[in-house]
Formats: sequence, structure tokens, C-alpha cells
Amino acid sequence: MADIVLDHVTKRFPDGRLAVDDASLSITDGEFVILVGPSGCGKSTTLNMIAGLEDITTGELRIGGKMVNDLAPKDRDIAMVFQSYALYPHMTVRKNMGFALALAKRPKDEINRKVEEAAQVLDLTEHLDRKPAQLSGGQRQRVAMGRAIVRSPKAFLMDEPLSNLDAKLRVQMRTEVSRLQNRLGTTTVYVTHDQTEAMTLGDRVAVLRSGRIQQVGTPTELYSRPATVFVAGFIGSPAMNFVPATLEEGELRTPFGTITPDDRQRRLLEGWNGGAAGGRSLIVGARPEHFEDAALEQVKDRPGPRFTVTVDVLERLGSDSYAYFTVAGGRARAADLEELAHDAGTVDLASGDPQIVARLDAVSRIREGENAELWLDTDQLHLFDPDTGRNLDAPAAT
Amino acid sequence: MATIASTPGASTPGASAPGTTARGRRPSGERTALLGWSAANLLILGISLVPLLWLVSLSFKTPASITDGSFIPNEWTLENYRGIFGESLFTRALLNSLGIALISTVLAVVLGSMAAYAIARLAFPGKRLLIGLALLIAMFPQISLVSPLFNLWRQIGIFDTWIGLIIPYLTFSLPLAIYTLSAFFREIPWDLEKAAQVDGATPLQAFLRVIAPLAAPGMVTTAILVFIFCWNDFLFAISLTSTEQSRTVPAAIAFFTGASQFAQPIGSIAAAAVVITIPIIIFVLLFQRRIVAGLTSGAVKG
Repeated sequence: MADIVLDHVTKRFPDGRLAVDDASLSITDGEFVILVGPSGCGKSTTLNMIAGLEDITTGELRIGGKMVNDLAPKDRDIAMVFQSYALYPHMTVRKNMGFALALAKRPKDEINRKVEEAAQVLDLTEHLDRKPAQLSGGQRQRVAMGRAIVRSPKAFLMDEPLSNLDAKLRVQMRTEVSRLQNRLGTTTVYVTHDQTEAMTLGDRVAVLRSGRIQQVGTPTELYSRPATVFVAGFIGSPAMNFVPATLEEGELRTPFGTITPDDRQRRLLEGWNGGAAGGRSLIVGARPEHFEDAALEQVKDRPGPRFTVTVDVLERLGSDSYAYFTVAGGRARAADLEELAHDAGTVDLASGDPQIVARLDAVSRIREGENAELWLDTDQLHLFDPDTGRNLDAPAAT
Repeated sequence: MATIASTPGASTPGASAPGTTARGRRPSGERTALLGWSAANLLILGISLVPLLWLVSLSFKTPASITDGSFIPNEWTLENYRGIFGESLFTRALLNSLGIALISTVLAVVLGSMAAYAIARLAFPGKRLLIGLALLIAMFPQISLVSPLFNLWRQIGIFDTWIGLIIPYLTFSLPLAIYTLSAFFREIPWDLEKAAQVDGATPLQAFLRVIAPLAAPGMVTTAILVFIFCWNDFLFAISLTSTEQSRTVPAAIAFFTGASQFAQPIGSIAAAAVVITIPIIIFVLLFQRRIVAGLTSGAVKG
């Protein structure tokens, strides 16, 4: 077991493409860290650099306090779980799991003992003498995990290990991975593009965007205090709603109505000296759960704007309902948001008025296609600079 | 690799098109198509098999009845076979053929694997040039090389030796091997090598213990194709050899003299031809799927 430190690590491919740009990340011993981001953000490249499968262009990588930039993967004592599992098709499960130990020339009985222990933990004992082709997707995934844990390596690296499983199994294996990591206490770096996995699994999460680490923090920190519009939009499902707003006479004019900032927001706005062009427009972000049906008892006496919208679609999930509607006033524009739309594949829909999602209490009587009065909890609003994409609440430069 | 249908007669593309509306007409349409395909297949089979069967027939005829023109021999004899195996001209040539073809095959597969692995896995400068050159060499007319090689081989002293034949065989079979093998290597997921590396394997160990076993079908295919090429070659064999020391069977057959000075060697030639065809037939029957897979390489999943 060991800590992993990325010290200003940069990866530039021979064709000049910058895959990872000056990434610094310190992972303590036994920590479970998630690298998350849209495809092409450099998260897999980062993992491959830790594994030694990609060279590091500049910067330093230390595992257990030792600089390992120039060490071959085999000398780094790390185990990796691949998205494709990468099981050796011509070997039995037993051979697959024991391959690393066999290469290390460990005695046969020790290999057998360790493989059987790992098989026990992963519930694979009865499949030990089968070939990977005879196993189901979930079993293959477990073999891939088993191959990693048999070696008791310094660290586990996992490259989207659950993304080939169907949705139900994925949720089950997610808890399994979490339990396994708790039990073994091995430093783990886990790459995913699924923000739910990131939020549920990690001790800490690093959000990457086009090669740069945007923010590192616990899931709660990322959710409640996103540093940029990108992080705010990426973390959370359904995603945060963004609308443009202007600051006039100390008040925020938003499509939801005029909002009087509270003390915290006022301080932020005063500290903010306007956009690059000295503009007074900014982006307001509101999570779906910060809306509520204005008719409900629990919000009756609370301050905050109330506004009437036509609910286009209402999804009742039982525990709560999602109301989809549009508001006039145009779309919030920022480079971050465009990239998010690209990643979600909704770039074509990015015209006209923005669609807003509100999570309402299940007892709400709002119906589809009808006008409804909604209330917004303004205390929870996030304010972003539209030019830099930064949260006004975030400390300068991460 | 089971995706390639080896018998086109089994599928009837003409009759399989329309859906349920044509149900009434379908059986008769299918039968006509089946008949047509069978007839076409029989015709092609006949055209290609008659010369071969004629050869077999000749090999069992006595010298006197060679020219009688009957397809089935009137008088059966094994004399031709006994004759050729009694002569060192043929037995020694058989040994040469086997030795040269086997050595060339092993070398082509080993060297070809390395080159193909590099081509499939690495991005190195001049890769396209290498592939292009290999293809160019494979397309090169062999006859144009014969006379320069003849002179060169005599000057450097490898004329009429095994090595003198193995080298030109490698020249022409290596491109084939590289092409076939790189297609097979490309099918092997790169993640497997990464996994092996992370598991602690050196690149050589990763190749020998993970990649090579998975590419084995491709190597077998390549080996068969190369072996057949070397085994069948006549041009180099006749031009670059002069004695029994290294003459292979296709060349040796041309030197058959017949049982006596006045007898024509047709029977012996036929018998020798049948003998050297047998290994090829066995190979092709055993590995026909693999050979087709090798020829259409790229469409194959290793």
C-alpha cells in the first residue's frame, strides 16, 4: 500500500495533442479517488500514466514516495482492472488470477492458496476451472477484480470497470467494489464517466475537463460548492439548471423573477468586479431540488420568488416528481455549458429557451400541461461568472 | 472464423429474397435454384478434377497401356510407385522438399510474427513504406529474379544448396506471412498486453504467454500457406539447383527417365505427382476453414 502523488504531470502525445495539462493530485494511502469527466477529458490517460502504460511528458509521479516516471509497469507493483476486463481467453479463471504470481515465480501452493482466498471473497470458487468465455459478464468482471486483489498490490487502478455491465448489475457491483475497497484498504484510483458512480464510490472525486483537473473534493463538496459551471453541470442528476441573469441595482433579474441576494450572495457580488468586459451579466445555477410547488405547506411562508410556468412533462417517480418546463429569457452561454451539451449529445437541442427541471414533492398536485406556481429557494443559488465559468463562491485558481 | 461459407451451393441467394407473400411460389423457385446451383457446381468440380483423376489413372497404368486413352486403367499396376521409391532421384528429392519447405515455413512464421506484431502494434516511422515494400515484393514477377539469382548464388557459393532455395522462398513467403499474421494480431485486444504488463510480464513474456497462444490459429494458417507455396515451387527449384543434393520434387520430376532407356517416364511422373499432391490434399482438407480465413484475413476473429 502506498500513496500516489501526481506533481504537475503533463501528457502531450507525439501528434501534439495535449491530453493531460499540468495535473496535480495527491492521493493518500488507502484512499479511494475517482477521476471523472466526459469522454476525452484525459482521465484514462492519467490512469495509464500511473500504471506506466503511457509515458509522462513532464512532471513527476511518485508512488509510495518513490519517483516512478521511468519504471516499467511490471516494476510499479500496481494492479489494473480494465473496462474490457482483458481476461486471458486461453487460460482458466485460476490461471488468470494467478498469472501475476506465476510471473513473479512464487511457489505453487502459495499461488493456489491466494487464488482460492480471492475466489472465496468474490464468490468464484466453483468457476475456477472454467475459461472466461464460459462466464457471464458479471462473473468476468469479478475475475478481473480477483486478478487484481490476488497480488495485494500497492494500488488498484480501475478503468471504467463497471461500464460493460447492465444497469442492475452495475449498481450491485458498485456496492461490491466499495465493500471490497473498505475491506482491503488499498489505495484505489477509479476512472469513470458516470457521475453517479463517482459520487457514490469515492472518498474524493477529481473532475477533469479537457485535460485539466477542474476541482478535487469530497462528493458533498463537489455537489454543494462546485468551483465551475462545468463541475456544477456535470455532478448531479438531473443536472443543475442554468439561466442567464443580470445584476441591476443590487438585485438579480432572472427568468424566475427578481431575486434579492442574501448576505452571502451580496458579499460575493460585491467582491466580483464584473465580467471581462465589465458586464453585469452572470449565470445563475439552481439544482432541481431547490424548486418546489408553491402551493405546498412547507414553503408557504418562506421568502423567495414565486413564478408561474406551464409544465410540459411531469415524471412521477413515486418518491418525488420531476417537472419539466421552459422559461423565457434565453439560454445561459458559457464554453463549459457547450462542452457539457456536447458530452450529453444535446448540442442540437441547444436553441431557444432553456428547459428547466424541478424536483417536486410527491404530494404536489401539479399536473402535466397545466399552469403551476413554483417557488425557488434562493439561498441555495450558485452564481457563476459567464466568461471564466468560475463560481463566485470558489477560491481563486485551483 | 465459421462465418465463411465454404459451400456456395448450400445457400440459394436467388430464392431467398421475398417474404411471406411469395410463399406459394417458393418451393418450386427454390428447387429450380438448387438444381441450377448443383449443375454449376458439378460442372466446375468436373472441370477441375478431370486432370487430377487423369493423373491418378496414369500413375496406375503399365507403360504399355499409358497411351491407350482409357480413363480407367485396363491393367492396374503399382510398378510406377515402386519404381520412384526405388530411385534416389525421387527419395532424395522428397527429403529435400520436406526439409526446405519446413525450414522456410518455420523461419517465415517466426520472422513474420515479429514483423507483423510490430506492424499491428507500433507506430514507427516508415511503417507504411515497409508494408508497401512487402506488397511490392510479393507482386514481383519471380521469373525476373531467376537469372540474377543464378549468377549471384554461383558467385557466393550457395548455388545448389538448401539455403540457396530457402532464401528466395522467404523473400516471397514473408510478405504473405506478414500480411496474414498482422491481420490476426490486430484482432487481439491491446488491453490483453497491457494487462500482462501490469501483471508483471516483460514484453517478451507478454508476447510468448499471452499473444502468441491467441495468435496460434493465425500462425497455423500462415504456416500452411507458406508450406504450400514452398512445396509447390518449380521455378526456383529448377533454376537454382543442379544435383540431387538440393533438388526438390517438382524439379526432380523433370529429370525422370523411365524404367528402361526406351520407356517413357510418364507413369513415374504421374506417380511422383500423386505422391507430392497427397500432403497438400491432407493439409487442405484438414485446415480448409483456416486457409480460407487466412486468405480473407481481416474478416477473421482470432
